[in-house]
Amino acid sequence: MTSAVALDHVSIRFGSFTAVDDASLDIAPGEFFSFLGPSGCGKTTLLRTISGFVEPSEGVVRIDGKDMRGIGSNQRPTALIFQNLALFPMMSVAENIVYGLRVRGMGKSERMKVADRLLDLIALPGQGNKRIDELSGGQKQRVAIARALAVEPKVLLLDEPLSALDLKLRQHMRSELKEIQRRVGITFIYITHDQGEALTMSDRIAVMDRGVIQQIGDGRTLYNHPRTAFVASFVGETNILAGKVATAEGELAEVATAHGPLSGANARKLMSGSDAMLFIRPESLRLTAPGAGAIRGTIVGSAFEGHVTHVSLVAADGSKLTVSVNGEAARLVPEPGAEVGLVYRPEEAIILPSEGYAHA
Amino acid sequence: MHSSIGQVVIYVIPAMVLAWFGWLAWRDRRDPANAGRQGFVARNGWPVAGFLVIAVGFWTIFMIVLPLFSMIDLSFRPKLPPPQWGGPKDFYTLDNYRYFLFGSTTSTAAWNVTHLTAFALTILTSIAITALDFVICYPIAYYMAKVARPNRLRLMMLMLIAPYWVNEILRAFAFRILFSSQGIINNVLMASGLIDQPVDFLAADVALYAGLAYAYLLMMMFALYNALDTLDGNLIEAARDLGAPWWHIHAFIAIPHAKPGIASGSTLVFMLTAGSLAAPLVLGGPRSLWFTPIVYDRFYQAFNWQQGAAYALILLVACVVFVLGVLRLFKLGLAEIAR
Ligand SMILES: Nc1ncnc2c1ncn2[C@@H]1O[C@H](COP(=O)(O)OP(=O)(O)OP(=O)(O)O)[C@@H](O)[C@H]1O
Ligand SMILES: [Mg+2]
Repeated sequence: MTSAVALDHVSIRFGSFTAVDDASLDIAPGEFFSFLGPSGCGKTTLLRTISGFVEPSEGVVRIDGKDMRGIGSNQRPTALIFQNLALFPMMSVAENIVYGLRVRGMGKSERMKVADRLLDLIALPGQGNKRIDELSGGQKQRVAIARALAVEPKVLLLDEPLSALDLKLRQHMRSELKEIQRRVGITFIYITHDQGEALTMSDRIAVMDRGVIQQIGDGRTLYNHPRTAFVASFVGETNILAGKVATAEGELAEVATAHGPLSGANARKLMSGSDAMLFIRPESLRLTAPGAGAIRGTIVGSAFEGHVTHVSLVAADGSKLTVSVNGEAARLVPEPGAEVGLVYRPEEAIILPSEGYAHA
Repeated sequence: MHSSIGQVVIYVIPAMVLAWFGWLAWRDRRDPANAGRQGFVARNGWPVAGFLVIAVGFWTIFMIVLPLFSMIDLSFRPKLPPPQWGGPKDFYTLDNYRYFLFGSTTSTAAWNVTHLTAFALTILTSIAITALDFVICYPIAYYMAKVARPNRLRLMMLMLIAPYWVNEILRAFAFRILFSSQGIINNVLMASGLIDQPVDFLAADVALYAGLAYAYLLMMMFALYNALDTLDGNLIEAARDLGAPWWHIHAFIAIPHAKPGIASGSTLVFMLTAGSLAAPLVLGGPRSLWFTPIVYDRFYQAFNWQQGAAYALILLVACVVFVLGVLRLFKLGLAEIAR
């Protein structure tokens, strides 16, 4: 099966600055694919390359198996939803929605039928004659989606479409977007710097950092089996302990940290002596008696969040740690100031090379 | 001076306007929506408020209202030697307007063909020149507002503005030199072998039209530039992404957005062109008759101020009608073009 969108060693440079560095990936038809990364990592640039506003400096973009070199953005089977929506204020809601069809020469009565159908799809029936500035933020959002869907693109590209909405609406629109995607069945490529958004909606996610795609996988894989230190720290909460690999044998290895030697899964088969970071999720750590655990710390506070309580600790060397406890254990958390020990199962901790990690 | 109703009107109307402003200010203060807000004087102090009232009042009354009303008054009076002003022969008459339409009472022709033609030509040519200025300015303004980088933009602005540092009459003479039979344009055309006799651009009014089009080009340019500058680049990209070819984006995104700018640029260029004097005097061929030199002649050649006033008012009314027509066409309010 040909992939809906394929990037083949795509690099994008602005002068001497590399915004996207050697990106390769395949996105399947009908997939909900997300790019996740911090601000300025090149997400928008990559999306604009797929939609044809930016030519890659190197490499090839293929859509539906077709090389897109020399094909302008108005000729590509993609539709882009802009970060600020970019609805046309000089046109009514319905005219906005069918603008792409008018460009293609569809007659007026036929266009209005399509507009009505799409207004039903986005749950704004009968509102086609409104002006854009008469709509609420969420309604504008849906009109932008309808306008993009009207041209029946093979791929819908969304650039942080929910970032301008408030929290409640954002969560509502997440499920709505997912529902629309299920109904129209086309490929969605979604950009966000919000990991919650990426994890809840996507089939697969590409995590980017400073122009480099760090890892591609579904949410579980990224969370449980990160391949780089950046992914381990960016996706989900985690405790980071830096050091050098002391001994490596089989699946496990031991890292010499400020807390003493700690073992974890040697996911990248590091040799002893190499710089490494040990990542332990807060829910993998358990509180125990001081002296009994592998790590010692002093409790400085705890935050109750209902189903889970986050306990903050300071280790002997001053580094901060977080432990999540729930159920029965949450009621037994000692008072701040108490000395505790921390235990974890080594296979739940992960050791990754620290090279290229600049966010510590 | 005259002493009649006209005189009374001239002094009563400004007083009424002032009273109206006063009433507006009083009502504004009483408006519950403004309750609790500090008044203008309290916010800005007496010196500022006083200066504003005096400056704006002086300007409107002495520069706009009084001259305009005395012009209107004058235009309905017969030409008389000063001793007879206010005398029994000084009564209101439509003679000056009649003259514009039918010529002197002794003439045999049915219509005052010279003046009517000049008037019609002036209006039509001004419309054509306004359209021409729009066609010239739109691509440049679009380029400056949406394409050019800051450095290039500064250079283009400078190149556009610099020629206008030169006086208007000198600029008209420069066009005369360019288009004269020994001028650069004729020389280039002859040297390239396209023509073998110099073309008389002045007689053909080419120089006049070119000079007029150039005279107020900047008004259109900056009106369009300002309007296009506020167009969100994402709208252009969104249209392109939806498959729009370039002309569609201009016709249905950029130009509708720039509508207020187009309207204000067009009205300015039209008014200034129809009322311009320097270019027609310097560049007009021997036959060409622009309307403003005729008005000028009424005043200073025929010493018939009454008729001159009538002619000037006719031009003014035509211009106002044009402006209202343009606003109607663009479905805009007066306030919008002044943004
Ligand atoms: N036209 C351009 N010229 C020069 N540099 C650019 C250009 N466009 C983007 N960049 C640079 O490329 C980098 C990536 O930009 P991009 O807009 O893709 O980031 P992003 O991941 O979308 O960030 P955000 O989440 O803030 O939107 C930035 O450092 C930016 O300054
Ligand atoms: Mg972005």
